[in-house]
Amino acid sequence: MSLDAKIPEGPLAQKWSKHKFDLKLVNPANKRKYDIIVVGTGLAGASAAASLAELGYNVKAFCFQDSPRRAHSIAAQGGINAAKNYQNDGDSVFRLFYDTIKGGDYRAREGNVYRLAEVSVNIIDQCVAQGVPFAREYGGLLDNRSFGGSQVSRTFYARGQTGQQLLLGAYSALNRQIHAGKVKMYTRTEMLDVVTIDGHAKGIVTRNMITGSIDTHAGHAVLLCTGGYSNVFYLSTNAIGSNVTAAWRAHKRGAFFGNPCYTQIHPTCIPVTGDHQSKLTLMSESLRNDGRVWAPKTVEIAEQLRKGTIKADQVKEDDRDYFLERKYPAFGNLVPRDVASRNAKEMVAEGKGVGGSGFAVFLDFADAIKRLGEDTVRAKYGNLFDMYIQITDENPYKQPMRIYPAVHYTMGGLWVDYNLSTTVPGLYALGECNFSDHGANRLGASALMQGLSDGYFVIPYTLGDYLAKIGPKKVDTSHPAFEATKKDVVTYINKLLALKGNKTVNEYHRELGHIMWEYCGMARTAEGLTKAKGLIQALKADFWKNAIVTGENEEVNASLERAGRIADFIELGELMVDDALMRNESCGGHFRVESQTADGEALRDDENFAFVAAWEFKGENQPEELHKEQLVFEAVHLSQRNYA
Amino acid sequence: MSNGNMNLTLKVWRQKNAQTSGKFVTYKAENISPDMSFLEMLDVVNESLTHKGDEPINFDHDCREGICGMCSLYINGHPHGPKRGVTTCQLHMRTFHDGETITIEPWRASAFPVVKDLAVDRSAFDRIQQAGGYVSVNTGVTTDGNAILIPKVIADEAFNSATCIGCGACVAACKNASAMLFVSAKVTQLGLLPQGQPERYSRVQSMVAQMDEEGFGSCTNTGACEAECPKEIKLTNIARMNNDFFSAKLFREEEIHEVKH
Repeated sequence: MSLDAKIPEGPLAQKWSKHKFDLKLVNPANKRKYDIIVVGTGLAGASAAASLAELGYNVKAFCFQDSPRRAHSIAAQGGINAAKNYQNDGDSVFRLFYDTIKGGDYRAREGNVYRLAEVSVNIIDQCVAQGVPFAREYGGLLDNRSFGGSQVSRTFYARGQTGQQLLLGAYSALNRQIHAGKVKMYTRTEMLDVVTIDGHAKGIVTRNMITGSIDTHAGHAVLLCTGGYSNVFYLSTNAIGSNVTAAWRAHKRGAFFGNPCYTQIHPTCIPVTGDHQSKLTLMSESLRNDGRVWAPKTVEIAEQLRKGTIKADQVKEDDRDYFLERKYPAFGNLVPRDVASRNAKEMVAEGKGVGGSGFAVFLDFADAIKRLGEDTVRAKYGNLFDMYIQITDENPYKQPMRIYPAVHYTMGGLWVDYNLSTTVPGLYALGECNFSDHGANRLGASALMQGLSDGYFVIPYTLGDYLAKIGPKKVDTSHPAFEATKKDVVTYINKLLALKGNKTVNEYHRELGHIMWEYCGMARTAEGLTKAKGLIQALKADFWKNAIVTGENEEVNASLERAGRIADFIELGELMVDDALMRNESCGGHFRVESQTADGEALRDDENFAFVAAWEFKGENQPEELHKEQLVFEAVHLSQRNYA
Repeated sequence: MSNGNMNLTLKVWRQKNAQTSGKFVTYKAENISPDMSFLEMLDVVNESLTHKGDEPINFDHDCREGICGMCSLYINGHPHGPKRGVTTCQLHMRTFHDGETITIEPWRASAFPVVKDLAVDRSAFDRIQQAGGYVSVNTGVTTDGNAILIPKVIADEAFNSATCIGCGACVAACKNASAMLFVSAKVTQLGLLPQGQPERYSRVQSMVAQMDEEGFGSCTNTGACEAECPKEIKLTNIARMNNDFFSAKLFREEEIHEVKH
């Protein structure tokens, strides 16, 4: 099968307008004859479900949480980008497009990214109209701030809770349609499979997480809006429930998986304290404006710090290695996320890590406090310092913070064309769940933008084209494909419930996380990846022999829920390793040790790797087949990143 | 696997589902690190229960960074535990001391039926929101965001109310299981902003009517909701809601009914 990205012809700036005109429309009177399934109700899902219902389609929406308001989009802090140029500082749609392409290290599709920048301005207006309380200036106008990867102020925000406020806006639009009877909402319901008929997606199989009931739902199209898969690493900044199951099961039914190895690592997280830890918490990147990153110069001093026989402020200036300032004098502590992360990992690998576990470096504010005074530092970063104290019980005004990189976002996901359609007609993927728009690295404040762009402003147009072409002929669950897929799901669940071994599914998850972080994390080698593949295959075999799954299906059963998700993570982990091994170049946050410049910087290989890797599932325990979507750059000139 | 030095006794409410009655069961939580969050401590207990082939304790949780509102737990008589202004997922074990006995219960309110063990069904909150907690605007028909001027103080005040995470601690803290702090937070946010004005009075009536229908009690002005709210939502919201509600009832009811027709 060949990949057709369906990028419209013509100049970049007119692609989307022209495409919107060329797309077929569904007559308003016919829209009520179509049933649409939306899985996941975060920013992408809630905005899509509400917008489609407003147009007149019948929508069934599903989420595994107890309410759509809990979706993990709620946890995003910083802000949302839009090329409004309210600050009169030279911003434009083209500049946002350009920054995003460059930030993604030239591994994103030009057409998609330009459209994202183009509709970004409408997103802000939409959210304001819904009553999202964005920060305002004293004159009553919207306030902006700047974020990494750009030189203009285009980030709109609502204190440190932008994700929450945007999600509550989309949730309220969704609620209005639930009240109007145009959306039927299914909460605490998990999607476990896609039903296809003649190669088209026609429905899903779900499990009611209260009663265990396995149900089928039919529709003319299925939209997956199920977020990212960072939890494959066990520890990440994602919510505990974030998982890949819906996307992975869709992959096994024919949807190609794009760039699975593209993971964003964030450098400033509160480090792990022990094996009990369930997740990681991000500290804003803005701290590196005033904090200085260092590790002890010698392993001996590091050891004393780890044992607690000396404290950080007792380490003499000469015994400290401000490694970012030393290696990158021009950018210093403000090097991009991937560079800062990789260097911290190297310090730890050399035995110079600090903190109880040894997996941390210092972020020191002593100089800033000396220079600016404690009050000024408190005014700038007080809430972040409080959060740090809450979690670690340490006072960063007296001792430096301990930080370490953590997995934060996945740029990979289901492969989609310009219409957000996967390789299975009728099956769409929106938001973090798809691979598009961010390339090999996501800029700050652009995740929220993509989720809402896809849900509010792309899918309402592109879905109509598909629906008009297939016609409103009713699909219902009496078709034998529904019963057959349901049977597969029941068989799978029974197989999980029969596992009465001696290791909990969490223990498998933790082991998988260690393998992924060690060999498929910030720096990767062919040797390490090959080893990881063997380890994952062994882990998978062991899981299906020795895992414990307690309870039964017909009840609330967290053990069963987690078992299914972790089994899927193990399979995805293997594909991520294959993808990372194949991509013998460094790009974005993905550093292949074999591909670096003489100075040790990431070296891209545009000659051989300027493509999207789209993987096709070929059967259980079979190697997946690689398809390549060549990336064509017409509007931007490819260049090497350099921060020294 | 756990690596701490605290040993605790837990008295945990176990209840198979909404149809069966529940009881307290005592468990030991051993080798707990003071750095663990309360939920991580429960994870450790659950791992050991699972190893023994027993059913783990069921509780609601997701983001574990204090924002999704999913975690609950009534700990030693306080929603989200003894510390002010934090959710259960941000409560750390150093708040407790070695050898302590901790009592853990689900939210208690008839409008929040128990799902299993410590998890309750808070969908009543969603139905209240669905009754009118929104601005009626379709996608794509909006004016420029700066065409609506909003003074900073108003935007900030609306934001203070908008920070509600819908966890239900206010209901759990109230002797009447009243949902007024929750409802008033949304009413206040939208009632303060220009975008919320057209539906301001119909909204408050619809949401209050739904709140009553769900079986939440009335406000007693005790203030426990405010004291226990992890996001420190203010009691003054309830005053604002009452004000709008009475205005609607006294002066605008007829007009609103016409509009709704």
